[in-house]
Amino acid sequence: MTNKRVLLIEDEPNIIEAIRFILSRDGWRVDTHSDGSTALDAIRARVPDLVILDVMLPNKSGYDILCELRETTDVQDVPVLMLTARGQKKDRELAERLGVSKFMTKPFSNGEILSTVRELAG
Amino acid sequence: MSFNLLATICLAYVAVLFAFAFWADQRAASGRVGWLASPLIYTLSLSIYCTAWTFYGAVGYAARSGMEFVTIYLGPTLVMVGWWVLLRRLVRIGRSQRITSIADFISSRYGKSNMLGVLVTLLAVVGTTPYIALQLQSVTLSFDVFSSTPGDNLREIAFIVAIGLAAFTIVFGTRNLDVNAHHHGVVIAIAVEAIVKLVALLAVGIFVVFMLAGGPGPMLDVIAASPIAEQTIQPERWTVLIGLSAMAFLCLPRMFQVMVVENSDERHLATASWAFPLYLFLMSLFVLPIAAVGLNVLPDGANPDLFVLTLPLEFDRDMLAMLAFLGGFSSATSMVIVAALAVSTMVSNHIVMPIWLSRQQGGATVSGDVRKVVMVSRRISIAALLALGYLYFVYSGGSGALAAIGLIAFTGMAQVIPALIGGLFWRGGTRVGAAAGIGVGFAVWLWCSFLPSFGDASLIPASVFANGPFGLSFLRPQALFGIEGLDPLVHAVFWSLLLNTVAFCFFSLLSFPSPLERLQGAAYVNVFRYTETAPGWSGGGAEAEDLLVMSQRILGAGEAQTLFTGEAQAQGKGGYLPDVTPPFLERLERELAGSVGAATAHAMLMQITGGVSVSVEDLMRVADEAQQILEYSNQLEAKSQELGRTARQLQEANEKLVALSVQKDGFLSQISHELRTPMTSIRSFSEILMQGENMSPEDRARYSQIIHDETIRLTRLLDDLLDLSVLENGQVTLNYSEVTLGTVLDRAVDAIAHSSAGIQIVRDLQSEDIPLHTDGDRLAQVFINLISNAQKYCTVDNPSLRIVVGQEAGRPVVDFVDNGHGIDTDVQSVIFEKFSRGSDPRAAGGAGLGLAICREVMKRLGGGIAYLPGQGGAAFRVTLPRTQAVAA
Amino acid sequence: MEKPGQPLFLARASYRRRRVADAARLVPFFGVILLLLPGLWTTTAGSMIYIFTVWAVLILAIGALSSRLRGITEADQEASEPRRDRPPDG
Repeated sequence: MTNKRVLLIEDEPNIIEAIRFILSRDGWRVDTHSDGSTALDAIRARVPDLVILDVMLPNKSGYDILCELRETTDVQDVPVLMLTARGQKKDRELAERLGVSKFMTKPFSNGEILSTVRELAG
Repeated sequence: MSFNLLATICLAYVAVLFAFAFWADQRAASGRVGWLASPLIYTLSLSIYCTAWTFYGAVGYAARSGMEFVTIYLGPTLVMVGWWVLLRRLVRIGRSQRITSIADFISSRYGKSNMLGVLVTLLAVVGTTPYIALQLQSVTLSFDVFSSTPGDNLREIAFIVAIGLAAFTIVFGTRNLDVNAHHHGVVIAIAVEAIVKLVALLAVGIFVVFMLAGGPGPMLDVIAASPIAEQTIQPERWTVLIGLSAMAFLCLPRMFQVMVVENSDERHLATASWAFPLYLFLMSLFVLPIAAVGLNVLPDGANPDLFVLTLPLEFDRDMLAMLAFLGGFSSATSMVIVAALAVSTMVSNHIVMPIWLSRQQGGATVSGDVRKVVMVSRRISIAALLALGYLYFVYSGGSGALAAIGLIAFTGMAQVIPALIGGLFWRGGTRVGAAAGIGVGFAVWLWCSFLPSFGDASLIPASVFANGPFGLSFLRPQALFGIEGLDPLVHAVFWSLLLNTVAFCFFSLLSFPSPLERLQGAAYVNVFRYTETAPGWSGGGAEAEDLLVMSQRILGAGEAQTLFTGEAQAQGKGGYLPDVTPPFLERLERELAGSVGAATAHAMLMQITGGVSVSVEDLMRVADEAQQILEYSNQLEAKSQELGRTARQLQEANEKLVALSVQKDGFLSQISHELRTPMTSIRSFSEILMQGENMSPEDRARYSQIIHDETIRLTRLLDDLLDLSVLENGQVTLNYSEVTLGTVLDRAVDAIAHSSAGIQIVRDLQSEDIPLHTDGDRLAQVFINLISNAQKYCTVDNPSLRIVVGQEAGRPVVDFVDNGHGIDTDVQSVIFEKFSRGSDPRAAGGAGLGLAICREVMKRLGGGIAYLPGQGGAAFRVTLPRTQAVAA
Repeated sequence: MEKPGQPLFLARASYRRRRVADAARLVPFFGVILLLLPGLWTTTAGSMIYIFTVWAVLILAIGALSSRLRGITEADQEASEPRRDRPPDG
């Protein structure tokens, strides 16, 4: 389980640091990427075991990335955990329609995110 | 009288002229035009028609040919007396089309054709050069009369005079780019000179008639007894000369300049119509007496061209001679100054600008100031023209009598007349016809009049005079088509104008004019019938911002911005960018034409709009047929345009509402996002710290720091939200006090000083000394916001921010202009909305409330803030409330 | 020169003004005819007196007419060209 890789697509440096700290303490390897437009290329370059995806990203929204991801053959089965700070009901519905594996609103508790990651990629 | 004393008095006189011109320019610059633009000054300025040729030459002319000299004044008298028919039309068109010169007038009439502009400019240069040489010669000769060693230093004197005149013209003639913004300094100097030369000639005349001849009665006896009495008037020369001088009066570049371009009010013509003939009347009243007495009294070999000077000297009237000398000097200098001014405008607008434009890779929209190019080219043209005149003077060695050269120049410029008159009264005249007419007339004039003027054997061999070129006897320069025995001048005028007119009519009838030519033709011919001309543009793909960039280069930033805001307001829009409508393009083109001429202005707009000029359909509006129906349909069209504009405004408002409601809708989710993001970090790190096991002290400190920073970010967001809500609801209390703009800016710059590493701030402290009655803290808040925005968004290598204080519509404005990439046009309209962060949502690191707050603050303070397009980088203009107190 | 849509008959004042304009158009034609006559004569002193007399008459005639025409251009300009002059320091 030490080899499992998580790709974190997020642009807030403090949140990146928090998630990296929580997951790497649990033995996960965390790669990060913070630009929306090249996110899909980053996923395809080295397919991770789980993608953690923010919604509000520069240049391209998380929804668009998710949508394209689900239409790209070699990565369409990768589990995606979506994080958003907007957390309205319609956001969740949209994400689920696009095929998200799990949808969480910020702020989250550290235990919550850890258990969700374990559940999706464990 | 010593030569040195003369030179000193001369210099003093020039200094006085400089002073007058400087004073008038100062006065006009401070807005007190007043009598500077009065009918009297206008009339006096027309007197540049009377050159040194008139002043000295008329007496010589009278001594040689009797009354014939007076024809030169009778032509202009008839033109002025007939002002209601012709001049009024000319001046009205000149003003409504913002004409800059005779070349511009012709070019604009025939479809803004630059080819015609170039042709007329060439004609003007060739015709003006000998004329300038003539003035240099007469000044030089009159100096020589006083010299102890006659015949020496002629060239040196001419050289010094030429340089002095060039300097004066450059200093007072090329201050404003806009030729239509009148040259008050030059005009006043000319008016002073007009008085000096009239007084001088009258004084000499009165001296001659009453002191030398003993009264009017004996004077007539002297005339009857002198050789002049035997000179008979030759009817054909008499008629041709009156006609020729009338034509020259209309189209000599310098006359067109003072009569049409410098005219500030059509009503001045009404006064000039009798006052200028009166001036000419007085100028010629004593010519014949002076000539008769001169021939009687002075020795046989004396040059009659200098009688005005030599007669007083002969009787030791030094002061009178001095006055006469200054009169002649005035005549020469004022002519040269205005001629150089007029011709240099033509050269720069019709030759230099088109070449410069076509060599510009990026077309008309590239940045950089065109005004410098125009100014420099005008100055160089002035210097070059005077150099040419000097060279002509040196080369021709003072050949020929003064009057002969003047008449040759008249004939040259008169070649413009068929195209000018035809263009004024006949809509069928075309560009091709005008070019053919002027071309043919020019060629005939060169062959029959200009080249022979250099002397019988200098440029054209004697054999050609006798047998024609290549033995073609019908092409002999002074006997075209075998018609011999005519006076050479009559011969040249007759053939050049006849062939010119025939070519103009023939080619006009054969060719078909372009839509623009027909439009301009109608605008000229019907100038009194239509109060407004049909728009010369049918809309187009031009971007308002591109047009603004170009206009700023020609008109200067302030004037271009005023023009654009004015137009935007007239269209019911805010900001600096109006819709690019045909009437707007028309108006813009006319403004530009006032600076660079119609042809160049049209070409520049064509480059930007992609050539969507007038179409044949647009011409329907000016068609004479079914005028009434068309007028009616025009009204309908105007109404439908009005409706269209209203619909566009409605649509715009609607779009804005939709955008606003989308934003209101997004507002909650935006706030949610802005609040939750920092909270996420705070929650995560506080949980991490709470668990607290095996953590290094450094990590612990860092995580506490993050929590701390994020709470500050949250607080700031809440502050901004509260601030904005208070401002929007109008509950804000403002603390008004007396401050100066400079101190507020100081405070703003200091506030960011600690974090403003990297961006260089350029200020002009002197211009910032403006007293304000306002809330200094709030104003500083706006400035801080703008400066820190520039810091964040200006991502070039050497970021710099210029803070420029100016005036707009009487209110102080502060521009913040950085050298970055600016803001895209499509985003410009939303940057002042809440949570808008330009194209890159994260770059600012703020919540996107800054500019929204700025806008609200400025609204509360009674000012405004707007994005200023077309400045290179991003630019914001803060408009300050009008100050009651006037700055010291 | 009549504009379409203008009344066929004018009030006395406007009628007078139009005839003044007509007279102003005629002055140069008479001027041309009178000033071309000296071409037929011979004596210098005589033609000098004749020319200066005609000249003075022309000046007086157009002076009298122009002062009345000034009013027309004025009304004309105010009606048709409200915005003409730019600020002098433009």
